[in-house]
Amino acid sequence: MNWLLVIVGAMVGAPLRYLTDRAVQARHDALFPWGTFMINITGCLILGVLAGAVTYHAAPAGVQLLLGTGLCGALTTYSTFSYETLRLAETGARFFAAANVVASVVAGLGAAFAGTAIAEALWAP
Amino acid sequence: MTAPDNRVQEPIDPDIDLTMRTRRRELNREQAPVVAVVAIGGALGSAARYGAGLIWPTPPGSFPWTTLGINALGCAIIGVFMVVITEGWAVHRLVRPFVGTGVLGGFTTFSTYAVDITHLIDAGRPRTALGYLALTLFVALGAVWTTAATTRRLIAGRRS
Repeated sequence: MNWLLVIVGAMVGAPLRYLTDRAVQARHDALFPWGTFMINITGCLILGVLAGAVTYHAAPAGVQLLLGTGLCGALTTYSTFSYETLRLAETGARFFAAANVVASVVAGLGAAFAGTAIAEALWAP
Repeated sequence: MTAPDNRVQEPIDPDIDLTMRTRRRELNREQAPVVAVVAIGGALGSAARYGAGLIWPTPPGSFPWTTLGINALGCAIIGVFMVVITEGWAVHRLVRPFVGTGVLGGFTTFSTYAVDITHLIDAGRPRTALGYLALTLFVALGAVWTTAATTRRLIAGRRS
């Protein structure tokens, strides 16, 4: 059952990342990998809310597996993030490569903290 | 004073809606298999990540070695994979979305990385948090760079 929850969440998360990335990149004809960036930040926000919900016992283990391990895990990616950073560095866009790393980490952490704060506002006793 | 409207009045093309709709249908037909293999690949990758977490669990507040290993491994593989399919040999059009976007994208995770860092900070372990933050970046980016460069050299060596 646990495996099934992870798999179902992932089967939504992975295509959602693919389709969102395509839609975002089609609108931004820029060097910067906006698609992966925005997806990763969104995933951090959702997982932050979920982690907060778990802390305040507002999310059962099943929801954690479905939305956390499955959906957010498959939605966000480290491999594409690092490969796109490498491509930027290789094509001479060193500034964008560094900016992608710094912005992703800073915004990702900010989103995760914001998510936890939202959960606190919603479910803290 | 109002300026005369100089905009060219384009005739409304009665076919445009229809062609757009046909084109959209064609696009959907092309996209459906891609979305399907991304979903299947994502399920496989995520299941592997979940399984790794069951085999090597890291208790809350401790250094998340398992997630670090998963992200490093995923980055190492994507370095080999992308060079092989873009510079090595031609593969079926569904291989890249299945392996790259699906399996590896589902296997690695950025959200768990970020949330685990916030947990370490909240647990009063900012140095461990910073160490994990930096080490993951270093290992993951180092892995993709090393494997991509090595694979490129191997392909070039076989051709010469």
